[in-house]
Amino acid sequence: MSTKTNTENHIANECPYNGSLPEVEVKIKLTADKIEKIDAICRSFDNDPGELINVLHETQSEFGYLPAEVQDVIAQNLRIPVAQVYGVVSFYSFFTMTPKGEHPISICLGTACYVRGSEKILEEFKKELKIEVGETTPDGKFSINCLRCVGACGLAPVVMVGERVFGRVSPEGVKQIIAEYNN
Amino acid sequence: MEMIKLTIDNKKIEVAEGTTILKAARQFGIDIPTLCHFELGDMGIENKPGGCRICVVEIEGRRNLAPSCITEVQEGMVVNTHNIRVINARRTVLELIISDHPFDCLVCAKSGQCELQHLATQLGIREIPYKGEQSTYRKDTSPSIIRDIDKCILCRRCEMMCNQVQTVGALSAINRGFMSVVAPAFEMNLEDSPCTYCGQCVSVCPTGALTEVDHTNDIIRALSDPSKTVIVQTAPAVRAALGEEFGMEPGTLVTGKLVAALRRLGFDYVFDTDFSADLTIMEEGTEFLNRIKRHMAGDTSVRLPILTSCCPGWVNFFEHNFPDLLDVPSTAKSPQQMFGAIAKTYFADKIGVNRNDLVVVSIMPCLAKKYECQRNEFKVNGNPDVDYSISTRELAAFIKLANIDFLDLPDEDFDDPLGESSGAGVIFGNTGGVIEAACRTAYELYTGKKLEKIEFEELRGLEGIRSATIDFDGLPLNIGIANGLGNARKLLDEVRAGTSNYHAIEIMACPGGCIGGGGQPYHHGNSEILRRRAAAIYTEDERKTIRKSHENPSIIRLYSEFLGEPGSKKSHCLLHTHYFPKSNEVTIHR
Repeated sequence: MSTKTNTENHIANECPYNGSLPEVEVKIKLTADKIEKIDAICRSFDNDPGELINVLHETQSEFGYLPAEVQDVIAQNLRIPVAQVYGVVSFYSFFTMTPKGEHPISICLGTACYVRGSEKILEEFKKELKIEVGETTPDGKFSINCLRCVGACGLAPVVMVGERVFGRVSPEGVKQIIAEYNN
Repeated sequence: MEMIKLTIDNKKIEVAEGTTILKAARQFGIDIPTLCHFELGDMGIENKPGGCRICVVEIEGRRNLAPSCITEVQEGMVVNTHNIRVINARRTVLELIISDHPFDCLVCAKSGQCELQHLATQLGIREIPYKGEQSTYRKDTSPSIIRDIDKCILCRRCEMMCNQVQTVGALSAINRGFMSVVAPAFEMNLEDSPCTYCGQCVSVCPTGALTEVDHTNDIIRALSDPSKTVIVQTAPAVRAALGEEFGMEPGTLVTGKLVAALRRLGFDYVFDTDFSADLTIMEEGTEFLNRIKRHMAGDTSVRLPILTSCCPGWVNFFEHNFPDLLDVPSTAKSPQQMFGAIAKTYFADKIGVNRNDLVVVSIMPCLAKKYECQRNEFKVNGNPDVDYSISTRELAAFIKLANIDFLDLPDEDFDDPLGESSGAGVIFGNTGGVIEAACRTAYELYTGKKLEKIEFEELRGLEGIRSATIDFDGLPLNIGIANGLGNARKLLDEVRAGTSNYHAIEIMACPGGCIGGGGQPYHHGNSEILRRRAAAIYTEDERKTIRKSHENPSIIRLYSEFLGEPGSKKSHCLLHTHYFPKSNEVTIHR
């Protein structure tokens, strides 16, 4: 053990403790009117945490998807952890965190459509647009989703683009449908 | 209360209506194995999602086996807990659970303490007939806690602790089916989540999915470096629990053996965090009295109640959840950090060692202490005041690694000068202990009179929220105490709403206080263990000759030789800190 006394551990006039938290970067900021919109939806359900699924439902129909920052605002309003909100969003396949395309394409995989070859049609859409189910094209124009029966089994196989229904679609007709929206 | 008669394993029993089959069986000494079920019954903590199905039993007249943890008893029920049908079902369930679990028990941190491993032994599982895909997930390492989700069996105990008990809300089950994992929001890392590192998730995890970051190897490296002087401090709660790891009865005090073991491990000086707990009382008590006096003189800028700030899990919690109340807690650093600051100035100068060659190690019942000692504001030019913090469990493993026969060790004393402490410093380990220690000193400093009775029994106990009014010679002071962060949140909500009538509130993040800390030996849901540890702490206090912090001779000397007065400029620099708002919000700052 050393016996020297001057080791300069004494604090000088200036206190040497000056650490701080690393700066937290705010990645995305919602505009005030969007926050107000979410607040209004939550209020319409009395900010009741038991209504989380309904709140998410309505918010998704308003925004088209549920990005992290939107879930965050909902969590604050309902006074529940955002991890729980995300738990519900990630559990139900209906909820999505990816924005839908300008023209959302839904391919019916219900029994009638399936037996009449809708899977081939889905493959064709994936090939043409170079995206997977649940994804959106880089230009934001198209997204692909699957659904189970739109109640038009007589027209099977059925594809919906937005609100419009295409019946008796063939793999060869896929290009044509895309072209119609690509102008 | 209506009583229900039923038969379990040919035993005719009578239990209260509403009792589950599991609890009824346990009341009468029949052990049904469980996995996801967890309880600290009398503390109101229970996890029973009924998900794992290990606890299934046969109820005569019913087609399916029933999970006993969530099935309530009924009049005339006949239950079989261990017939062949039940045993076969239980084994199949376990085989299926293990079929999606890694086989790296040899190198798993939880090996020997793993409930899944125990169960596999108990049920005699020798091979897994089910082959198939195994779920994999990235390993997430934070400053205190490692998440190794491959080992998660989705019992949801951590989620229950994090959400219901602690109301931290860092963890939730996400995704579905085979893709299900327990994770923070948006699968971010724990470090970016509102996690407080209280470690209660780790203390209830049945497997190695949640464990502490082990710093033992860093300490071994420091101990084998001849250029370093390595000193150690041990927190109050460690001495009341370490013995359990060596087969001693819960509640056995092992202070003397603990000191002896640390000396044999090669630490140059063995000191006591109880010393800096006394120092905390000097600083926090003075701050408290100042705030009270200013408040009584009509100064409206002073905030009351004052909140204790010894617990780093609690500090993280209010930084995340109450960023608007950062001026309410005491500015006093925790005993761990006060020790580090004094060790690397006052003590380093005494022994003539530069702070960069002095390694300060802490033994803590806590995982949040690992994060705390890494905080930037506790470093000087990048050199931390406390270099490494290890838990009671890590120390036990270290002692075993060094082949030290713990039970055979003599009792030894702490070194001077940072090893001398009062009974007030010891009781910091129990919920209510910090505020009792503060009252012992604050009463005498405020009234100028000697305390007739040192024990403040009204501040003791294990209930989640307690309150008492202490008579400071005509001045009634309302004291609040909370243990467990969910209970803390209730008191903090009152403070925020302006309805709190407390003058001072003590908060400890873990149920029971530090004795139930996230770094303590696993209690496996036995709350009697916590009770015995608490009793041991009070016994240690009673055995001390000095029981008030301001009468600790080493503390008196520290002030006269070095610090001056409590609250002096030097004290403020070394022993006080400030807090940072850590927004709970992921991305939005309104």
